[in-house]
Amino acid sequence: MCLAIPARIEELTTPGNAIVNLGGVRKEISLALINDAAVGDYVIVHVGYALQKLDEEEALRTLEMFAEMGQIDELRSELGAQ
Amino acid sequence: MKYVDEFRDGDLAKNIAANLAREADPKRHYRLMEFCGGHTHAISRYGLADLLPAHVRMIHGPGCPVCVLPIGRVDQATRLAREQGVILCTYADTVRVPASDNLSLMRAKASGADVRMIYSTQDALKVARDNPGREVVFLAIGFETTTPPTAVAIQQAAAEGLKNFSILCDHVLTPAAMHAILAVEGGVSIDGFVGPAHVSTVIGSKPYEPFADDYGKPVVIAGFEPLDVMQAILMLVRQINEGRAAVENEFTRAVTREGNLKAQQLVTDVFELRDVFEWRGLGSVPKSALKLRPKYAAFDAELKFKVDYVAVPDNKACECAAILRGQKRPQECKIFGTVCTPENPVGSCMVSSEGACAAHYSYGRFRESAA
Repeated sequence: MCLAIPARIEELTTPGNAIVNLGGVRKEISLALINDAAVGDYVIVHVGYALQKLDEEEALRTLEMFAEMGQIDELRSELGAQ
Repeated sequence: MKYVDEFRDGDLAKNIAANLAREADPKRHYRLMEFCGGHTHAISRYGLADLLPAHVRMIHGPGCPVCVLPIGRVDQATRLAREQGVILCTYADTVRVPASDNLSLMRAKASGADVRMIYSTQDALKVARDNPGREVVFLAIGFETTTPPTAVAIQQAAAEGLKNFSILCDHVLTPAAMHAILAVEGGVSIDGFVGPAHVSTVIGSKPYEPFADDYGKPVVIAGFEPLDVMQAILMLVRQINEGRAAVENEFTRAVTREGNLKAQQLVTDVFELRDVFEWRGLGSVPKSALKLRPKYAAFDAELKFKVDYVAVPDNKACECAAILRGQKRPQECKIFGTVCTPENPVGSCMVSSEGACAAHYSYGRFRESAA
């Protein structure tokens, strides 16, 4: 039930609805739970409602965090070298 | 696909796994509970357990709405559909949950009851509008993610004067269940929690702070993609190594400390706390579920049809209760994969793809047979 994927808003329809693209599938959802949604925004869709918008900058920051190399070891060796 | 593919990258997963292998202290055991069924599913589906050091163990939590619904709650729905002639609308996960008298909503439908699977509460409203001569009841289940959509529907029904629409309210609360898990006597010991993804987009990270401050348990909120889960586990291991207990947020692309205030306000307008609610596995938990506020009483199917909740014990052979408390693993249940399968589930954990047993049946058991 919670297994939803991020969807892109393709078209705002009335009243307070939008057509989203869920990996190729177009579906109408409700925007009743979020503010200021615009075409191009990515939202988390759950049981036909957008629950939250996705923040692109934060997403990039998280991806950078995944790529970090053993920071603790590096810190230790830096400290050891001093 | 944006926000999906990059969070499933195999090389990055190996990098996080290498960091974990380096930083997890071999003299220690890390027992981490992923509360949410969505994480249980991700861990099984992507084989994340294989990427974890042997002394980092994931314990599946009770965060699967279908799993924690006790038999008596499903019975209320089957009774309404069979005895009162209502159109019973439900999310698809719920229709195969075994109920009393060898019934389920699916079997009730097969025997002539009008049970309809819907995707959204908007669909349930449409059924009510299209059938003005019949009573339409929506079986409203789920944690804080499905509650706001129910609240929207109730407000809409009230605004439209939709008198033939009502709900059986089984909405439950995540923090209350986490308290209950920690309070189980002789329960499983947990060193930290992977916090829910979508639930937290709604409630924010703030409600988890008591678990860090009062119980000393680290919580890291994680997205549902495999790299999110791996990174959250690494963040938990770091906190434990440093002797810290804080609420950290890996899922910052969707979760803030305050959460979705618009959704929270809707829920507060429509619902209030139940004094007590019975959960499968956790028993009666005070202030752990919601009911409609008196001003929306006309939409409460329990009042409208006088369909009282009657507690029913689980099947004796079924270990769902212990599995939901994190005390047993699916493969430790005698009927797992033999009598109880996703095609013919005996217990609720085998029904939904988020259930611990269904996830292990679909993915995990092949790891064991290969070993």
